[in-house]
Amino acid sequence: MTKFFKIIFLLFIITVIIWIDLPETIRNKYNITSLLDFSLFGLRIKKDFKTSLGLDLKGGSHLVFEADTKKVKPEDLQDALSSARDIIEKRVNFFGVSEPTVQNLKSGSNYRISVDLPGIEKVDEAIALIGRTAQLSFREEKIIDDKVASPTPVLVETGLTGKHVKKASVDFNQQDGKPRVALSFNSEGAKKFGDITKRNVGKRLAIVVDNFLVEAPTVQQAIIDGSAVITGNFTVDEAKKLAIAINSGALPLSIKLVEQKNIGPTLGADEVKKSVYAGVIGLIAVLLFMIIYYGRLGMIASLALIIYGLISFAIFRIIPVVLTLPGVAGFILSIGMAVDSNILIFERIKEELRKGKEFNIAVKLGFGRAIDAIKDANITTLTVAFILFNPLNWEFLPQFGMVRGFALTLAIGVATSLFTGVVITKRLIEIFYKKNG
Amino acid sequence: MVNFLKYRLIYFLISLLVIGAGLFSVFKWSYCYSIDFVGGSNLEYRFDKIVAEKSINKILQNNKIQSVYLEIKNQNLSLRTKPLEQVQENNLKNSLEKNLKVKITVLKSETVGPTLGRETMIKTGVASILAILGILIYMSFAFKGFNYAMAAILAIVHDLLVVIGCYSLLSHFYQAEVDTMFVTAVLTTMSFSVHDTIVIFDKIREYFQTEGKEDIEYFANKALTETMVRSLNNSMTIVFMLLSLTLLGGTSIRFFIITLLVGTITGTYSSPFIATPILVWLEKRKKQKVN
Repeated sequence: MTKFFKIIFLLFIITVIIWIDLPETIRNKYNITSLLDFSLFGLRIKKDFKTSLGLDLKGGSHLVFEADTKKVKPEDLQDALSSARDIIEKRVNFFGVSEPTVQNLKSGSNYRISVDLPGIEKVDEAIALIGRTAQLSFREEKIIDDKVASPTPVLVETGLTGKHVKKASVDFNQQDGKPRVALSFNSEGAKKFGDITKRNVGKRLAIVVDNFLVEAPTVQQAIIDGSAVITGNFTVDEAKKLAIAINSGALPLSIKLVEQKNIGPTLGADEVKKSVYAGVIGLIAVLLFMIIYYGRLGMIASLALIIYGLISFAIFRIIPVVLTLPGVAGFILSIGMAVDSNILIFERIKEELRKGKEFNIAVKLGFGRAIDAIKDANITTLTVAFILFNPLNWEFLPQFGMVRGFALTLAIGVATSLFTGVVITKRLIEIFYKKNG
Repeated sequence: MVNFLKYRLIYFLISLLVIGAGLFSVFKWSYCYSIDFVGGSNLEYRFDKIVAEKSINKILQNNKIQSVYLEIKNQNLSLRTKPLEQVQENNLKNSLEKNLKVKITVLKSETVGPTLGRETMIKTGVASILAILGILIYMSFAFKGFNYAMAAILAIVHDLLVVIGCYSLLSHFYQAEVDTMFVTAVLTTMSFSVHDTIVIFDKIREYFQTEGKEDIEYFANKALTETMVRSLNNSMTIVFMLLSLTLLGGTSIRFFIITLLVGTITGTYSSPFIATPILVWLEKRKKQKVN
């Protein structure tokens, strides 16, 4: 009876895991995604399981900006950096990439902001928008030196800037249908704008963005409703970007691009296809080897290994772990270690059998003996993975994604192999081996 | 039981040869560093037809771009230059398309400022040292003996030297670049190496507990005899995996996988043939001191 339950339990686990591992296309075809919308122990589970691939596999851009911190007071530095990060994130969202990551990195006295944009193609546009300081200001004409015969007016700041803008949006000129940027000011801005337009009726008011004169319309009358329009001569896209840049506010510090990596989507796809193909061939070779060398035990190990692969992959999808090339390498290494757990156990069982122990006892003793070595070996590997993953984000350890991706898949793989090596293999041996052994 | 330890001088000699060749190459030829370490730009373009190298060189000159490395393979161009500004890169692409009348698909374009590399190196170094310390502490506890940890660490250092040396040879003869992937491979080797060593040491530890006689050399030989098959089998499975990835996998990870392969082989070799003899030697010395 207990054996019956063990089989049922095992089958249940395997079914759930295979289900999680199903490619999206199949799941969509049979429309079984909705099945997952249920409550488990009061926990609402609604997840869309899919594999997330890193930039090197999916294609995309990795940008690193260095912040110029000289002009910022030390006590304001942290605030300035985190608000710069938030602003960049807002701007990046405009590009509609899925799951962008914007991170602050510190290294020595250098402060950097890294931006990952998966699947993006117009990189230069993104760089331009992110790096935009977006300093909006209104300037009025003033005659400073009236002793000269023909005085030329100079533009001076009015004190009205992007800070006073509540919202910027794109709308269209009703006369010619051209896109323009509509601004609405907050109460302070509205009052200022009213004053400025009042004293400048008949004169020109300059709208300047990033020290670049966008336009200088002549003021017809005082505007007191707190709204203004930048007509410029924009395309829809330009108007949109300007509105976004103004909305997200000015960057509190200037940033400079120090690193960019763009991977085209074709390269990533090629690499994935080849590597998956190679991985499958390699796996088959491993399974064949195990079966030829260990016979029936090898068969069980192969089965355990396949289950192991499925479980790890399911965990990658559940967390989700972003798979990069080094991540895949970490996974492959952990497969190697999972095989090792099995081989260790089998060799121990064989040893006990040679000593003339009964099969049941040999299995029990073999597992018990092997577990020491498996535990020690895996804990050291986990230690290494932990340090490489750098969970506390210490600045003297690597903070770059590649090594972390590797450490994460390795750690998950090793932890899973502890489970499959011990629990699954044991169950499988009990179910399949005893009968014929 | 096979008396593996009898031939320990031969093992050391083999290691010395491999490490010597590697270190010779390190000092003589050093490495090709990737832009991750020295800064620069890497461009990979795919043209829609085959283009002559000469015409590309001319366009590079016109754009005042100095190439460090240029390779054309079928319709693919790989180009490495000093760091390029975004504008320069766009200009280059445009003039290539215009002058050669081709359409370009950008496979990859990378630009790294020159400052990042050294930092990466130092950080990885710190991480490795911390990892080694972690292993040292854990093993000292688990095996209740500093010598076990010490022997395992020396085997790790051996493996690191082998991998670093071999990579310099690869770098010299096949232009393999030192990049973050290489660093990852080195770290992998570390964790694999100690994994394998622990399995052998675990056996030795067990004999000390179960058998009365205290003869480290006898125990070590016995442990080696019993674990040799499992060591080889286990490494074979990893080697199968890596070989298939080397031969069939994508080109951008080829050197990474080869490095892992070297790491696996030396990791397997060092556990019985380096770590164990060192452990025996250390334990014997300890005993002599006590007597």
